[in-house]
Amino acid sequence: MIAKRPWWKTVLGLVFTALMLFPVYWMVNVSLTQTSDLRRNPPHLFPVNLTLDGYEAVLQQQLPALGTSLMIGFGCVVLTVLIAAPAGYSLGLLRLRGRTTLTFLLLVAQMIPAVVMAMGFYAIYVRLGLLNTIPGLIVANSTIAVPFAVLLYTAFMAGLPREMLQAARVDGAGAWRAFTAIVLPLSRNSTITVALFAFLWAWSDFIFASTLNRNGDLIPITLGIFNYIGNNTTQWNAIMATAVVASVPAAVLLILAQRYVAAGVTAGAVKD
Amino acid sequence: MTTTQPTASALSPLRGAAPPPGPRRRPRVSATQWTALGFAAPLLAYLGFFYAYPLWRNIDLSLHDYNVRAFVQGDAEFVGFANYADVFASPIFVTALTNTVIFTLASIAVQYTVGLALAVFFRGSFRLSGTLRAMFLVPWLLPLIVSASTWSWMMNSDNGLINSVLRAFGGDGINWLTSPDYSLTAVIIANIWLGIPFNLVILYAGLQNIPGDIYEAASLDGAGPARTFTSITLPLLRPVSAITLLLGLIYTLKVVDVIWIMTTGGPANSSVTLAVWSYREAFGTGRPDFSPAAAVGNLLIVIALVFGFLHLRFQRRQDES
Repeated sequence: MIAKRPWWKTVLGLVFTALMLFPVYWMVNVSLTQTSDLRRNPPHLFPVNLTLDGYEAVLQQQLPALGTSLMIGFGCVVLTVLIAAPAGYSLGLLRLRGRTTLTFLLLVAQMIPAVVMAMGFYAIYVRLGLLNTIPGLIVANSTIAVPFAVLLYTAFMAGLPREMLQAARVDGAGAWRAFTAIVLPLSRNSTITVALFAFLWAWSDFIFASTLNRNGDLIPITLGIFNYIGNNTTQWNAIMATAVVASVPAAVLLILAQRYVAAGVTAGAVKD
Repeated sequence: MTTTQPTASALSPLRGAAPPPGPRRRPRVSATQWTALGFAAPLLAYLGFFYAYPLWRNIDLSLHDYNVRAFVQGDAEFVGFANYADVFASPIFVTALTNTVIFTLASIAVQYTVGLALAVFFRGSFRLSGTLRAMFLVPWLLPLIVSASTWSWMMNSDNGLINSVLRAFGGDGINWLTSPDYSLTAVIIANIWLGIPFNLVILYAGLQNIPGDIYEAASLDGAGPARTFTSITLPLLRPVSAITLLLGLIYTLKVVDVIWIMTTGGPANSSVTLAVWSYREAFGTGRPDFSPAAAVGNLLIVIALVFGFLHLRFQRRQDES
């Protein structure tokens, strides 16, 4: 590429980004608006007499929901990694017979609509008494992440040199020891990507929460916002403040782990 | 669930699956296979319990006449394909199917076009390009309820920002979410916004794989930007484009939450898609009707699988070439 860096592209890029992120800005703006100004026409484009009332409402009403979402998110990460990492080891390095069929099934699994899974889980949970429970939601949410995680681990571990395993065996290490002492540490980046997406998907989930946890005492934050919209449509500043708080994990991850995010999005869609 | 969730395709293990070199005795191989099976066991159990079983329950639901009471007691009457027949005969079916087609095609066409334009724009690096590209991921990372409720408020008839801008320019406000003429457009707009980041990231990665020399050679031959785009970028990007569009299609077919949060499929079914219809029958009303909902859901699986197989065949062919 030519080393010249045209400044007009930077300006244009800033304009595009501003347009794209405008709804996000608007969410923050509304969250800081006084209730009396919410119905102003035209609305203030910048927060004039800003107020933190909305955030106060979040602290008073939504803290349990935030805690529930955190628990579900972390539970989902643990469950996903526990299942996917050994499976990736088996498929990618130990070359399990029938792995072609299994990877195929995992690809198909990713195409199943969440509504369908939700109905199936509902039918099962009704009998088992798992409706409105956190473990129930953790399991349901993990179905979004597990196929993705297995495929990601498999793709990475298949690229590891197999001689390494043989060397480990010569040194007297069994398959389990090779897995925990060599393969897992080497797969650190894959684990970060998997954990990040498993958390984010569980945190953002609406469909499973709204079907499997409709009457629970402990509802996740997504459902908290949804109920909020249904109950009091006048307090949009409080709704938007909750939305801002619910967006914090996404923002943190984007800042701290941007390259893992990009790695996850493109995994598989583009060959390198 | 996010509209556009990345799919990891495990092509690499399939590709490099040549048998390991070196002498190997038979008992060793089978011992390794037992170990491999042991490590895969949690996944196999997981797929059985949490994928196969719910899916089987879903098929079971669609073949019986389930209501809430039968649900708990498990004595629903077997009705064969009657639920499917009811679904096809329902007046909502045609509406939902038409809306699904419009919603899906309009969403992916615009997402792809805008995503490609942005990817080309970001191709040459310039100051801040990396940071700005990262910022474009934000809509995709936000929980859907957040984006959907923000759009709802922006599209509010009386107090929404979009209408106040329209009025400021002398136009009339539009009842985005409450008029049957505009509700589908409204949810399409929000969904396009959600999908642009995914398209941008994948197409940008695809562009990075086109060698820079080709562009240099083209510019030495005197090709302008338009010519470069049509003769180099588009043809070389075709495999990536196809995958992006197919994945977009599969994900857009499944979308429930954006539409449900913004319009609940209304007013008067004007923004109902097959997925939303299924959700509404099962969970959206006071009286859950699981059997038709399951039938619609299974129909949706079939449609998604058809495109899914296209996607897999395409990838395999690309892999062989």
